[in-house]
Amino acid sequence: MAPILQIKELSHVYSAGTPFQHTALDGVSFSVERGEFIGIIGHTGSGKSTLMQHLNGLLKPTAGSIALDGVDIWANKKVTRQARFRVGLVFQYPEYQLFEETVYKDIAFGPKNMGLDHKEVDRRVREAAQFVGLTEAQLEVSPFDLSGGQKRRVAIAGVIAMEPEVLILDEPTAGLDPVGREEILENIQAYRRAKNATIMMVSHSMSDVARLTQRLLVMNGSKLAMDGTPEQVFARADELVEMGLDIPEITSVFLRLKQMGLPVEPVYTIEQAVAVLKALKEGKRHA
Amino acid sequence: MLKDITLGQFFPGDSIIHRLDPRTKLVMLVVYIVALFVATSWISYGVMLAFLLGCILISRIPGKSIVRGMKPMVIILVFTAVLNVFMTQGETVWLRFWIVTITKEGCIRALFMVVRILMLVTGTFLLTYTTSPIALTDGLESLLSPLKKIRMPVHELSMMMCIALRFIPTLIEETDKIMSAQKARGADLESGNLLQKVKALVPILVPLFVSAFRRADELATAMECRCYHGGDGRTKMKLLRYSRLDLEAYCVGVILLAGVICLAVFGL
Ligand SMILES: Nc1ncnc2c1ncn2[C@@H]1O[C@H](COP(=O)(O)OP(=O)(O)OP(=O)(O)O)[C@@H](O)[C@H]1O
Ligand SMILES: [Mg+2]
Repeated sequence: MAPILQIKELSHVYSAGTPFQHTALDGVSFSVERGEFIGIIGHTGSGKSTLMQHLNGLLKPTAGSIALDGVDIWANKKVTRQARFRVGLVFQYPEYQLFEETVYKDIAFGPKNMGLDHKEVDRRVREAAQFVGLTEAQLEVSPFDLSGGQKRRVAIAGVIAMEPEVLILDEPTAGLDPVGREEILENIQAYRRAKNATIMMVSHSMSDVARLTQRLLVMNGSKLAMDGTPEQVFARADELVEMGLDIPEITSVFLRLKQMGLPVEPVYTIEQAVAVLKALKEGKRHA
Repeated sequence: MLKDITLGQFFPGDSIIHRLDPRTKLVMLVVYIVALFVATSWISYGVMLAFLLGCILISRIPGKSIVRGMKPMVIILVFTAVLNVFMTQGETVWLRFWIVTITKEGCIRALFMVVRILMLVTGTFLLTYTTSPIALTDGLESLLSPLKKIRMPVHELSMMMCIALRFIPTLIEETDKIMSAQKARGADLESGNLLQKVKALVPILVPLFVSAFRRADELATAMECRCYHGGDGRTKMKLLRYSRLDLEAYCVGVILLAGVICLAVFGL
């Protein structure tokens, strides 16, 4: 099947022609297949958020192109607007965008803008609320009376309610406690399974992306530095560290074990680690 | 993007004008404005213009930025020009139709007014472009300090101004972010009639106000944590001190004002 998103030689310069000019993206190319779960990692200021805002046409490329289903999203106004709905973007700290009197109305903002009828809006709001684990009672309270984590869910639901084919999340778990993070990651996967959606997630947690994604994009200094499966990317641990990035803790433990002479392959999730260690133990017993 | 609006934005630099004491620059601006209103003839306007252009050259502010800063002024300028062209009575009639007459005097007057406003705004820009907001409020506080005698809360006022100036870029950035976030949910800010456009602002303004209040709260707490309690007995890290440069600048100011007054008196 043709890729759903195709990014070619994308560059972006902020405040071009002023003393504050800054190249935030430089010749980035990659494509996204339908149904993929992609993690985007990179140092602070490497251009991750800038890249994400290009994918649904919020920022206009200085050079290069973005095609959604083979159509350039800047072809005309209608296509651009359509791209906003088909590619849903949840911003960094999205809780600051809430504005309505009730949670229900706030989640309904996106679907209403799509011009859907009342019944469809209602269905989508309730479904989105369910995905992020908001109760019926919570739908009727003011979003400003909720806790930070709950607000975050409302904001995510506001985007999910548009039922985008590609859901992009910019650090959806930043500043949440471990339980809250786990729940939100669970919600995202639930949405992916239910709608067979494509997910792109920016994250600073290496263990999260290692565990959840099938593909990693590594941004470094405005450029796309690596693109591959988590195994491929984390195998280049030295380069990652040089870029100021971590590798999952379990991977560094296993790399060290290997250095110490144990016959183990590098792993990047706890489950894999358990399996490898068990196999090792079995092997020892039989020997 | 909103962020690219340069209205009154400080351009860091190291020119002579940047290095002047903020008080000098404030007083010079007042002198300049007074001179601008005293000036009535072509010659005196020429003198003022030469002075202004000289200052811009010395300050090394790119002309492009100044022109861009003028953009919001266009409506006022057009309005002034039209009003003056149509409302001024005069002898030499250039054009007459229906109830409108356009005279030579009207056109000249309009030109004068537009140039005056442009020079006024450019002069003010030159001050804010070359002076950091902190230095500016410091200078203002120092210049207004005699008013403390009549119980004017000068320090508090200048502190308020300083904070307001400091938060303009922050709020603009915030507005940009919120606008992007709502656009990502399909908010349409461009099309529709006036009522629809005003309505479309609600999703932007509500979060903006919420966050402005939150920031204000946080700032107040942070200031209190550092034991801030008003101006009495507060010393400054950067003391304002006049240098020779300032003396020279004042001399230039006096000469300029005297010159323009002389020209006006002799009716040139
Ligand atoms: N609106 C803007 N105007 C000017 N420069 C910007 C703007 N937004 C971002 N930048 C600059 O572009 C660069 C990339 O920013 P971006 O927000 O994409 O980084 P990021 O990878 O998302 O970082 P983080 O992990 O901190 O979120 C940064 O150096 C930043 O200073
Ligand atoms: Mg970011």
